[in-house]
Amino acid sequence: MNSNNLPPITEEKIDIERRRLLASGGAIAIASGIMLYGGGAGAREKGQPATSAQRWGMLIDTTADKSIWDTVVTACKREQGWGGGNNPATDPQWVRKVSIKNKSTGAEATLPVMCQHCANPPCVDVCPTGASMQRADGIVLVDKHICIGCRYCMMACPYSARSFVHEPVHNQKPHMPRGMGTVESCTMCVHRVDNNQQPACVEALEAKGSKAIIFGDLNDPDSEISRAVSAHVTRRIREDLGVEPGVHYKGI
Amino acid sequence: MRLPNNILGIAFIALTLLLGAGGAYAAEGTNGIGPNPAKAEKGEQCVEPVDDMRRYHMNYLKHQRDETLREGIRGKKYSLNECIDCHAAKSPDVAGGNIRTIKPFCAECHQFAAVKIDCFECHTGIASPIKKGNKPPMPSKHGKTDQEKDALVFGMLENYLKSKSDVGGVAE
Ligand code: HEC
Ligand code: HEC
Ligand code: HEC
Repeated sequence: MNSNNLPPITEEKIDIERRRLLASGGAIAIASGIMLYGGGAGAREKGQPATSAQRWGMLIDTTADKSIWDTVVTACKREQGWGGGNNPATDPQWVRKVSIKNKSTGAEATLPVMCQHCANPPCVDVCPTGASMQRADGIVLVDKHICIGCRYCMMACPYSARSFVHEPVHNQKPHMPRGMGTVESCTMCVHRVDNNQQPACVEALEAKGSKAIIFGDLNDPDSEISRAVSAHVTRRIREDLGVEPGVHYKGI
Repeated sequence: MRLPNNILGIAFIALTLLLGAGGAYAAEGTNGIGPNPAKAEKGEQCVEPVDDMRRYHMNYLKHQRDETLREGIRGKKYSLNECIDCHAAKSPDVAGGNIRTIKPFCAECHQFAAVKIDCFECHTGIASPIKKGNKPPMPSKHGKTDQEKDALVFGMLENYLKSKSDVGGVAE
């Protein structure tokens, strides 16, 4: 019964393909595409669905002091209610600190890695039930109501960004239901974004005076994130895969 | 059809014990023992007429669930968190009656109807405390007490027995 009511995933994919073509056609094409949407970014009325007028993304500044990333992990745990398990190998982990080192030059960097909210998410392609899904505004989610816990998506994810919940969960946050037997990952704090708030990690950084992560609408040429990604060279992890992540990194 | 003797015996004893109360309920025309979901702690009325909610709440919930999660539509009226906000109640069965949970509401009917839902394996069933200034909580149980429920059972049994010619008069 559920699958009949689900939004057509394929049409959205076509839309994203089209957008990708536009993007490769150059900045002018993107700009004219966006004009069609009029208002551009900003508040969505309550009761209105997410649309592809927006493409939420993040820009992570890897040149920030690496101790700041603990703030991100802690804020995520507190907001979403994960962490605190006793099995580090299998406990859910929505965001983790990764340190990289260039062996030939010795240069090091530390960066947070979480769901990259790909425009062409492999996790969505492989899901047998339609639980692994992409919202119209680019946020990639697990619809836990129809997740059967097969974990194909975890294997397909190039970023190892998803976790399986192996043990019963208690004391969940009201806005983030979590339960054993399903897969989960960073939701870009969809419950906050829908409320015109920033993701919890971004807010926690700002509270410490850090702008190490900028969150915003990549489709809005005037947004802070769009201006930043057009002003600095940024990279996305494994760009070669063509999955078009929504998370950009500066300084790697 | 003849009922086995031991059942009749038990019924007879029970009826003699509870005849008064049972008779009273039967006379009021109550035609069944229902479940006894906790009274709503907040709100004057439900999101739809109560009759409608009793029958169709699962459809509303499933519809809204898909709309919210898959399409990002929020703020509509059939939110599970909102159900909890109004319907969670304190019950001695849960955490010593110190917190408001949805169990005394949803589980009460579902046990009766042999329905099993998994919603609260993920969704918290615990309500945040009612803020100051809100209406003071109503008593967490309404409807029938256990005693009254027993009385109802026997009232029904009495009517049933009355309707059987072969045991006619037992209840008199
Ligand atoms: C604004 C508060 C409020 C909200 C929100 C609310 N309800 Fe109710 N609901 C009530 C009230 C008041 C009643 C009337 C019975 C009572 O007082 O307990 C009721 C009655 C019901 C009944 C019939 C109970 C019975 O005794 O037979 C059901 C079933 C029900 N609600 C389900 C839901 C569900 C499911 C949701 C969430 C989608 C919900 N309600 C949201 C206040 C609310
Ligand atoms: C495996 C975990 C899981 C189970 C089991 C589950 N949910 Fe959910 N549910 C979620 C998640 C995750 C969300 C998304 C929360 C968000 O984005 O705000 C959600 C959101 C919802 C929403 C929209 C948010 C709201 O409060 O209105 C509704 C309605 C809902 N679920 C109903 C149900 C019902 C009814 C059941 C039981 C039949 C159920 N869910 C079982 C995980 C679960
Ligand atoms: C007035 C009694 C009553 C109350 C109170 C009640 N339910 Fe139900 N519920 C039922 C009955 C009866 C069914 C089964 C209907 C059927 O099978 O046709 C049911 C079925 C359901 C189903 C569908 C189950 C399935 O397997 O398809 C869901 C989901 C559900 N209820 C959720 C809730 C939630 C959540 C609450 C508490 C907020 C609640 N109900 C409170 C009587 C109730």
